Amino acid sequence: MKINKIILSFISAVAILLSTSVVSFAKVVGDKIVLGAAISLTGKYSSNGVHTQNGYNMAVDRINSMGGVKVGGKTYKFEIIYYDDESNPKRAAQLAERLISQDGVEFMLGPYSSGLTKAIAPVTEKYGVPMVEANGASRSLFTKGYKYLFAVLAPANLYLDVAIRTAVELNGGKGVRIAQAFEQDAFSQDVRLGILDAAKETGSEIIIDDKLPKELNDMAATLVKVKQMKPDVLVVSGHTKGALTAIRQIAEMKVDVPMLAMTHCDAAKLSKQHGKNSQYALCASQWHKTLTYKDNFFKDGMTYAADFQKEFGYDPPYQSAESSAALLVFKDAFERANSFDQKKVRDALAATNMQTFYGNIKFAPGGQNVDKPMVLFQVMCDGAGKCENKVVAPLKWASAKLIHPIPKWSER
Amino acid sequence: MDFMVFQYPMITIQACLDGVLLGVLFALIAYGMALQWGVMNIINIAQGDLVILGGYIAYFMYLYGIHPAWGVIASPIIMYFVGVGIYKLVINKVVDRDLFISILATFGISILFMQLMNFAFGADVVLANSGYGTTFLFDSNVVLPNSKIFSAFVSIVFAICLVIYMKKSKLGRAIRATAQNARAAKILGVDTEKVYAATFGINAALCGVAGALISITFTIHPYMGLPYTIRSFMIVIVAGLGNLPGVAMSGMGLGVFEEFADYLLGTEFRIGAVFLLLVLILVYRRFKLSRKREYLK
Repeated sequence: MKINKIILSFISAVAILLSTSVVSFAKVVGDKIVLGAAISLTGKYSSNGVHTQNGYNMAVDRINSMGGVKVGGKTYKFEIIYYDDESNPKRAAQLAERLISQDGVEFMLGPYSSGLTKAIAPVTEKYGVPMVEANGASRSLFTKGYKYLFAVLAPANLYLDVAIRTAVELNGGKGVRIAQAFEQDAFSQDVRLGILDAAKETGSEIIIDDKLPKELNDMAATLVKVKQMKPDVLVVSGHTKGALTAIRQIAEMKVDVPMLAMTHCDAAKLSKQHGKNSQYALCASQWHKTLTYKDNFFKDGMTYAADFQKEFGYDPPYQSAESSAALLVFKDAFERANSFDQKKVRDALAATNMQTFYGNIKFAPGGQNVDKPMVLFQVMCDGAGKCENKVVAPLKWASAKLIHPIPKWSER
Repeated sequence: MDFMVFQYPMITIQACLDGVLLGVLFALIAYGMALQWGVMNIINIAQGDLVILGGYIAYFMYLYGIHPAWGVIASPIIMYFVGVGIYKLVINKVVDRDLFISILATFGISILFMQLMNFAFGADVVLANSGYGTTFLFDSNVVLPNSKIFSAFVSIVFAICLVIYMKKSKLGRAIRATAQNARAAKILGVDTEKVYAATFGINAALCGVAGALISITFTIHPYMGLPYTIRSFMIVIVAGLGNLPGVAMSGMGLGVFEEFADYLLGTEFRIGAVFLLLVLILVYRRFKLSRKREYLK
């Protein structure tokens, strides 16, 4: 009995010792800079979570193999500790606590989705841990005055702003009639606010303003109204299920609308799942491989896409590209700060002004990237039914001319 | 409030037709629930997840180049065995216990199924394209996707087949006998264990058909099962157990109600309206029952 007790206390003593030593060891160990990330590897965001993780891993490998990060005359390599947040905000916040207080991580990468980033941001802020995130676009993330949060992507309210402005431009500068349907979640509602702003500025009128439920898989009622009211633009944002449902029912109900603008076409694999029915849909995207931004690590979008394809076996969605860019931003900031002091790194991040293959990166005081416009691509199909996404706006990067108005179903 | 649905008669017709076609599909799922509720006294929370699993079967056929409409044949066959499997593993241990235990057990199965489907099929929203066209009515003012018509038609065919099977076949008679009085049926030589397994299997098969139809008409996703459970629960509560015409009527009623709620209150309240209706009906039933009780006193 006694011996058992002694063994038990010995083991617990060792355990305590080990756990404290972990704390003192982490952050920068030897020649490694340890970053922490909670990623959705299971649960409803798991597919995009994996895209995010692949993007991070690809950049880590690339930076490490090309000389690593030079701080104070010494070369360091990146390493990431991942935890699975199960697509659950509460779990994500717990894991952020754990990464920081148990694993001793001093620098964080963001999770996937606005909701999870919102859950983690207060934690990183509390501990003063700089976080570069690549997948939380909700506007509310950037209005809370967070000092340690930096996002490489454009905020959600700018997603479809370009579409409305393009429609107005094609209408000879006169306002257009907009029908919109948005899911009731933080991200889509932010996209909606962006449309409201754009409508106000361009003198456009919103004639249908529907909200879609989380369990959305039927939007026939909205589409009947669209048929009846004949708007100039139909805007839909409801993650992948919104995009898929909209295209299915627009095609089935033969709804004719001159412009159809959406989000999440990429993630929904729209043209793959719907083929020719998805033709002419306009999609907001943070990035497209044909954009001509350049950097020293991935060269440009086309090279990135080819390398990514080789390593992971699929074409990179923008979620992967922006995640890779987050690592480039960290490397740049470490080198400019020339230190691992969290405050100094944070200040260096705030002063970031660089170009990556993903786009220009420069942070506003709120933490959002203000130097990279959204792009719009249009799904275009050839006679054989093979569909491709082609950038149509802004004009500077357009690789094809916008087809407008969308031909009527009876003429297709 | 948006009264557009009443201002244009064509929209009213559209809403009614959409609702009826949708309701028939709901009724099919609800009939499965009513069946096992009546026979085994089990409320299956995992009903919606069985539906989604059935949908994935059709989706995978579609992926491999088979027309997803064949899913309405393949899916119920596979799902029957899934149902029997669930019965043998879990349900037979809770079938004689009180309702709470069985709700808890099926709730657990529901969570397990969601996670397994997520793990196996990924979290992407998917659908199977049938390539069926569109029917235009009233000078193309009313449009009906043929996939919806197809799904309503198949639901009706399966419902009729099931009714005939219940009336004519030996197993059907055994199921009905067990529903009326399990003990008496046992004494008279009915193997109730087998009847229970078959009932659960038939329910799962019906869910399989419905799921295949949903993958053709709407979209499927591992976490989309619950609304189907709630809807079928509600239909059964309104119609009562063992009342097939009632289930069909209340299914269609619910479909039309949902469509009108969608137009009047907005799409965001569509599912909310169903929940509200459920609460109202439960309150009404309780009220009616308590009056009856007083009368009996």
